[in-house]
Amino acid sequence: MTSDNKKAFIKGNHAVVEAALDAGCRFYAGYPITPQNEIPEFMSKRMPEVGGTFIQAESELISVNMVFGAVAAGARAMTTSSSPGISLMQEGISYMAGCELPGVLVNVMRGGPGLGNIQPSQSDYFQAVKPGHGDFRMITLAPSSIQEMYDLTFDAFDLADKYRNPVMILADGLLGQLMENVELKRDRKPLYLNTPKPWALTGAKGRDGQRILSLLMQPGVLEKHNFKLKEKYDLITKTEKRFELSGMENNPDYLIAAFGTVGRISKGTIRLLKQDGINTGLFRPITVWPYPYEALKEAAKNVKKIFVFEMNLGQMVEDVRLAVEDSSKIEFYGRPGGGVPTAEELYNFIKGKVG
Amino acid sequence: MSTEKTIYKKPTSLTDRPFTYCWGCGHSTIHKLIAEIVDELGIRETIIGVAPVGCAVFAYDFWNFDVTEAAHGRAPVVATAIKRVHPGKTVFCYQGDGDLASIGMAEIIHTANRGENITVIFINNTNYGMTGGQLAPTSLIGQVTTTSPNGRDVKNYGYPIRVSELLAQFEGVKYLERVKVTDAVSVIKAKKVIKKAFMNQINGVGFSMVEVLASCPANWRKDPIESNEMIDGEISKYYQVGVIKDVK
Repeated sequence: MTSDNKKAFIKGNHAVVEAALDAGCRFYAGYPITPQNEIPEFMSKRMPEVGGTFIQAESELISVNMVFGAVAAGARAMTTSSSPGISLMQEGISYMAGCELPGVLVNVMRGGPGLGNIQPSQSDYFQAVKPGHGDFRMITLAPSSIQEMYDLTFDAFDLADKYRNPVMILADGLLGQLMENVELKRDRKPLYLNTPKPWALTGAKGRDGQRILSLLMQPGVLEKHNFKLKEKYDLITKTEKRFELSGMENNPDYLIAAFGTVGRISKGTIRLLKQDGINTGLFRPITVWPYPYEALKEAAKNVKKIFVFEMNLGQMVEDVRLAVEDSSKIEFYGRPGGGVPTAEELYNFIKGKVG
Repeated sequence: MSTEKTIYKKPTSLTDRPFTYCWGCGHSTIHKLIAEIVDELGIRETIIGVAPVGCAVFAYDFWNFDVTEAAHGRAPVVATAIKRVHPGKTVFCYQGDGDLASIGMAEIIHTANRGENITVIFINNTNYGMTGGQLAPTSLIGQVTTTSPNGRDVKNYGYPIRVSELLAQFEGVKYLERVKVTDAVSVIKAKKVIKKAFMNQINGVGFSMVEVLASCPANWRKDPIESNEMIDGEISKYYQVGVIKDVK
């Protein structure tokens, strides 16, 4: 790899590593779990090359709490895992949210519940957009290509620092393993990387000691802190919603709502429908928290049906219901447990519903 | 001419906040020793502490240097990350026996085994203080706690863990010593030992931990004097005070 912009033919897991390093991440802790193992493997080689710290943690509890420590000390830091490991990391995510710390996490989702399997899945939508214990939110970005694995991982570090909040990349085993051409943006400047972090613990030079904490025992103090966090979440909700909307120029009769891998597969489905003269739009949220409700509501206004496709039993569909006033227009089709739908399969589902 | 001479003053590394620990509790004494040591070593502006979950979570109210909280048991890995980010700073964690020897056993073992150049102050008061005196891995055989009302029976609860002896086997561990703070002599000794554990880090020696046998009168249902007698007696009989490992 050179320091120039260049195209590379790499796996999604590899793209995450390159993006993190390009975004100024200099601390990584991770624990082996399929299908994200290439991330700690590549990281163990690449991180020392840029003078950062790689630690193979002894559990996901340890890796996420190491990220807590590294970001508390002012570094850009990341951990990665897959679904069962993310369950363990929820502890650290909640602490980072409470302490307003900017950690970055990547979830290369696999099938569940329990140990599940190692096939691609979107089974953790809930634990990303409704994370952990306590009353908090986590910015969650859902890539659907290897280029987006790179771009959104880079964005995650900027967003984390911008809002002092944990950010998760919600990928899946397919995106982790797939190889594609990626433009590595070596000259992209990370935002906020050099912005001072006066709250970070660097030693109390010339000042009193300061604290990073989420324990607020005095009556009313935690409530006040929660309201302060809400102001931040409201600002993020107002400012950071992102989505891809396509095919609306043809006044489509139908709309597909899908994120990540399924959003991408749906593009093939839309091409198949086009051959039958059926115009179908695509709504693909890129931020699944904050969810782009208004954009979906607008896109769904004049369609006869909204098809929601997921690799789970129906998780994002709950947000679609919140966005769309007439829930009777929603048709859901999901493949849980590591099932990956084909474009034809989704096409057949739609044809079965619309004749 | 004034003949007044200052022979003692509050360490700069303590805030003005009065300790809120129970009467006779070991934490106040040990917090103060750490503050005195930080002053003496001139590291108030370069030290970063990690507080546990338990009574001593409030340590950050009393120390006037940078301190972060950590999730229950995770202090050594939070400290590890801070030290790796700031290798030139002095980083320590302060943990109780529920935090370190129970929920954080994996964290302390692997941090020790990695030989992280940090200092750990391990407060062993043989029970969970903050939550009201439940059985800890360190509770003595026969010890009555709120979750062992008939005393610790090894068939049901297993044996008390000697964490310092457990950690001694790891190559990465350079210094382990157990102390108590039951009288002036032992407090002065404890201060020397804790200071050495910090000096080791500053001199790049490596992982150092001091286990402090501390009293918990409120949960032991004893007065402070009886509590100290218990430490000098049956507790230090099981957890022997002294050097456990010292790699020069």
